[in-house]
Amino acid sequence: MSLITENQVLMDLRSSDRASAIREMAETLQASGRVTDLERFVDDVAAREDQMATGLPGGIGIPHARSAAVSTPSLVFARSAQGIDWGAEDGPADLVFLIAAPDGGAEEHLAILAKLARKLMRAAFKESLRAANGPAEVVDIIEREVVNA
Amino acid sequence: MKLVGVTSCPTGIAHTYMAAEALEAAAEEAGHTMQVETQGSAGSTPLSQADIDAADAVVFAHDLEVKDKGRFAGKPTIDVGVKKAVSDAPGLVAQAVALAEEWTNDPSKAAAAGAAAGDTAAGASVAGSAGLGTKAAGDEAGLGTKIRQWLMTGVSYMIPFVAAGGILIAIGFMLAQLFGGKQGAIDVTKYSLTTPEGASDALNLARSFSPGNGMHWAALFFIIGGAAFGFLVPILSGFIAFGIADRPGLVPGIVGGSIAATMGAGFLGGIATGFIAGFAARWISRWNVPKGVRGVMPVVVIPLLSTLITGGVFILVLGRPIKALFDNLTDALNGMSGSNAVLLGVILGLMMGFDLGGPVNKVAYTFGTTGIAAAGLADDAPQLKIMAAVMGAGMVAPLGMALASTVRKHLFTKAEQENGRAAWLLGASFISEGAIPFAAADPWRVIVSAMAGSAVTGGLIMAFGCTSRAPHGGIWVSPLIGDALLFILAIVIGAVITAAVVVILKSTAKVTTADLAAS
Repeated sequence: MSLITENQVLMDLRSSDRASAIREMAETLQASGRVTDLERFVDDVAAREDQMATGLPGGIGIPHARSAAVSTPSLVFARSAQGIDWGAEDGPADLVFLIAAPDGGAEEHLAILAKLARKLMRAAFKESLRAANGPAEVVDIIEREVVNA
Repeated sequence: MKLVGVTSCPTGIAHTYMAAEALEAAAEEAGHTMQVETQGSAGSTPLSQADIDAADAVVFAHDLEVKDKGRFAGKPTIDVGVKKAVSDAPGLVAQAVALAEEWTNDPSKAAAAGAAAGDTAAGASVAGSAGLGTKAAGDEAGLGTKIRQWLMTGVSYMIPFVAAGGILIAIGFMLAQLFGGKQGAIDVTKYSLTTPEGASDALNLARSFSPGNGMHWAALFFIIGGAAFGFLVPILSGFIAFGIADRPGLVPGIVGGSIAATMGAGFLGGIATGFIAGFAARWISRWNVPKGVRGVMPVVVIPLLSTLITGGVFILVLGRPIKALFDNLTDALNGMSGSNAVLLGVILGLMMGFDLGGPVNKVAYTFGTTGIAAAGLADDAPQLKIMAAVMGAGMVAPLGMALASTVRKHLFTKAEQENGRAAWLLGASFISEGAIPFAAADPWRVIVSAMAGSAVTGGLIMAFGCTSRAPHGGIWVSPLIGDALLFILAIVIGAVITAAVVVILKSTAKVTTADLAAS
């Protein structure tokens, strides 16, 4: 199963705070059965976030967790026009990547997430996602740059 | 410039890899090469030792403990949390490059410790710490941590030998008690793998072993355990040197430790050879040599010279003082026979607890065993009381450490807690070596507490008038002990005191070794 589908792309988040943004994004995974227990998964992500906020300089938030509530390694991508405070020093995040990894997942699946994490450090990758017109293009970019790279 | 690094984070799926990517990109940007080992959940391709050896500097950006940190020993290292690498990789790369340049341009920075140790080693019994003095000038706090890390490296490799050897010996005693009766625990120590000139093969286990003979099985365990124990000091010494100098330290460290063991210098001798060997090897491996010689440095020149230095220093400089210490202590003890018995017990206890198998301990032990060798002693002969005091006091240190590491786990590293479990059995079997891993990791606190408890036990046993006709065996020779219950009571009291003192000393210490291993 692919890492991301068009259903897992939110071009403009309704939420304005971190907790509800995580929930809003996680709900897209529940619908397709990638997350079997929404509450548990949201708790696991929040727990990681509590350890240390996952905001990065340059307007990025990467909430993530390894959770028993996850059945398939998945990515949810969202943009936020207003920006959401994700704990980075230089300001709110306008790009949010929710990474869901199954607990004890097989290495080849986790390897894709590792590749994604590496990509997030590339400015060109982030810019292309900021400029993307619609979910289909976002999925295209990620498939091309991460999954099939 | 060539850099290597390690990244890790709590979940192991995001920051580990982002940090690695950021570091590699920043290094490339700045015209360097960098390889990063991602210790995350997607598996990691470990850096090869060759890559690490060739690197000019190391960057640890980690929230979890770096795995196999020993591989990077002796390298200029930047050590930060993982987030730092994600947010400011170019800054870290610049720092690492600057540190590497500092070490190359000012060899005194990097080699000060090594060179100093090499020079002063010739003149000081504490060559390690004397040499370190020069380096400590600019780096006081970091040095204490480093010394503890080096000691812990040695200790962590030694612990399995202590556990394997100690438990085998203890099982040997148990079987001997079962099959050999009252004298079993004494008889089992008489077996060996060689036949002395002109003797029969009866006690040569390799030649006379018969599966139906229980005592032979006991001796088999005992001899194999003894062989493992022969490696305690060499391994401790070798891996202290490994911690200091990386691979070049192993040969001089192990050989030096073996010499220290042969000379009866105990684990304190092994710590000394470990430091001498480590600094000698590190110093030599940093020589600037012509290209033609460079190829033979690691296989011939470094091991040859560093081993010669280590062994030579130890034998020539420390040989006589150790012998003199032996003789003086023995004379002093002989002079005390007949004086206050309890005081003698206290002094024997202090000696047993001091170096756990080293020269001071050995003098006290030999004093005890020589006494009972005389034939036809009465059941309450003072020699038998002295033997009981020596044996009881020698059981206190491992039992005390076992107790302390059980009731106050957080003051001890994982490895020490494991060792503490084995130490119960080792202590009960009068195998003082069970406490060496604790003592080598944190010498003065452990030695002070071991001496306190052992002294009380030694004094109490003399006061109670317990006796022992056996030179070894601990609780396995209790049929040969007079007033065995009081004997055990004295040991329990001593062990509780040792545990209490070590807990107090470790609790008040600023940095415990447990913190060190966790950080």
